[in-house]
Amino acid sequence: MYNEEVINEFQNLQNVGFIENHNAYGKIGNAACGDIMEMTMYINPETEIIEQVAFRTFGCAAAQATSSRATTLVKGKTVQEALELTNKAVVDSLGGLPAQKIHCSVLAEEAIKACIENYLDRKAGKVSNENEKPKMV
Amino acid sequence: MERIYLDHGATTGVAKEVLEKMMPYFSEVFGNGSSQHFFGREALEAIDNARESIAKNLNCRSTEIYFVSGGSEADNMAIKGYALAHKDKGNHIITSKIEHPAVLETCRKLEKYGFEVTYLDVDKEGFVSPKDFEAAIKDTTILASIMMVNNEIGAIEPIKELAAIAKAHGVVFHTDAVQAVGNIPVDVKDLGVDMLSLSAHKFYGPKGVGVLYKKNGVKIQRFLDGGEQERNLRASTLNTPGIVGCAAALDLAIAHMEENNKKTQEVRDYFVKRVQELIPNIYYNGPKDPSKRIPGNSDFSFIGIEGEGILFHLDLHGIAVSSGSACSSGSLDPSHVLLAIGIPMAVAHGSIRFSFGKENTIEQAEYTVKVLEQTVKQLRAMSPIYEELLEELKKNV
Ligand SMILES: Cc1ncc(COP(=O)(O)O)c(C=O)c1O
Repeated sequence: MYNEEVINEFQNLQNVGFIENHNAYGKIGNAACGDIMEMTMYINPETEIIEQVAFRTFGCAAAQATSSRATTLVKGKTVQEALELTNKAVVDSLGGLPAQKIHCSVLAEEAIKACIENYLDRKAGKVSNENEKPKMV
Repeated sequence: MERIYLDHGATTGVAKEVLEKMMPYFSEVFGNGSSQHFFGREALEAIDNARESIAKNLNCRSTEIYFVSGGSEADNMAIKGYALAHKDKGNHIITSKIEHPAVLETCRKLEKYGFEVTYLDVDKEGFVSPKDFEAAIKDTTILASIMMVNNEIGAIEPIKELAAIAKAHGVVFHTDAVQAVGNIPVDVKDLGVDMLSLSAHKFYGPKGVGVLYKKNGVKIQRFLDGGEQERNLRASTLNTPGIVGCAAALDLAIAHMEENNKKTQEVRDYFVKRVQELIPNIYYNGPKDPSKRIPGNSDFSFIGIEGEGILFHLDLHGIAVSSGSACSSGSLDPSHVLLAIGIPMAVAHGSIRFSFGKENTIEQAEYTVKVLEQTVKQLRAMSPIYEELLEELKKNV
């Protein structure tokens, strides 16, 4: 059901983990639905370039592969460029996903958006810069 | 890489001896069992012999055996066929929350036709309570359908007791024995059931062939309209090779049941013990007493990780299993069976069924445990909810 590219990504996940000194944090999904994606980034405040990015996922093989691929696609990009990343671009970059798995890739796009919104909120002084403790959603 | 098949609950391969018996009925003895010439008579003879043999093995008459296309059809034929033929007598049906979709969806369809269905709860190990069952029977109850063995957690339901209660109240009793036949002894007289479904591919027979046992005198509506095959209840030219294979597979399974079960259970029990030793924070789903579950079945939930992720890691290591996670089925809800036995939603997503068969070995079980231990560690390390889920669950104990 998964193509070779997806299986390869799943076997060699990139950027797994949690960035301790992050300044952007996003978490999307719901454990009851079986999919949670958490993303942390360090974004250079001067250049607004995403210098570090890491993810942790509770989810199926497609969820893992798309979060991994999404992180590699935004790493080194500016905040503005990252906001333009669509789930379709992630799926295309993996050579496609089975139809019933497309919703997993939406989660990757949403996690990136949530992460960057969090960064922008911090910049605007709307949220504290303390490291979030991952919370059950 | 060695390939290890631990998904015998899904299906099994046709046994060599069975395939050999089937072979002549494809191209040589190809007649239509309903034809009057000798091509047809030859086919009919093979079908009659198969019918006799299956009847003997189930302890019933050959006129009580109906050949169908599989377990799903047998369930549909029994439940819809009986309900529709008796709707003037009452409109209430009793089943359980843990049935296979072949029964659950059939009952849901009947609800649309105006039937009322009670879906009985089960206890934490997956057992239907005979007390609850009796309490659910009312004046309008015409039919009950409770599975003999659950396909996810292997629980062996108290069918004999339930069928006796049904009989005492004049309720006709059907059991989906798809996971039972070939794995544990099944004697329809001893069980006291009115109808029973089985499927050949679960016991090293071919796919696409099954049997509905229907006690003589129990009236059902014709299921497949057309020709007069199967005593005018199920049209379509009989599947001679499949039927011959079904009978041969059942014969073989029953002849070797004791030795196969002893070996399978030994491997399964070893696996369960090792998983519990090596992997923390898991649920062993279903009956804890090995005698109350079929010999090959085991089912675990791994807290904090998702089942399909586990499945594909095992797959990449050559190990084939099934997952109860939503993401394997394309729906959003995890296994209805695990939810019915009280496994929390988030945990149910991380469930895997390992179903063993006669050809599995202790070495394969040990290899699987080792790969599984690594996989679970790796996935938990990247899970954003493992720690908090653990805390959450501890609070709720
Ligand atoms: C309990 C149970 N009932 C019914 C079925 C359906 O059988 P079949 O695949 O032969 O239609 C299965 C197997 O998938 C099963 O496990």
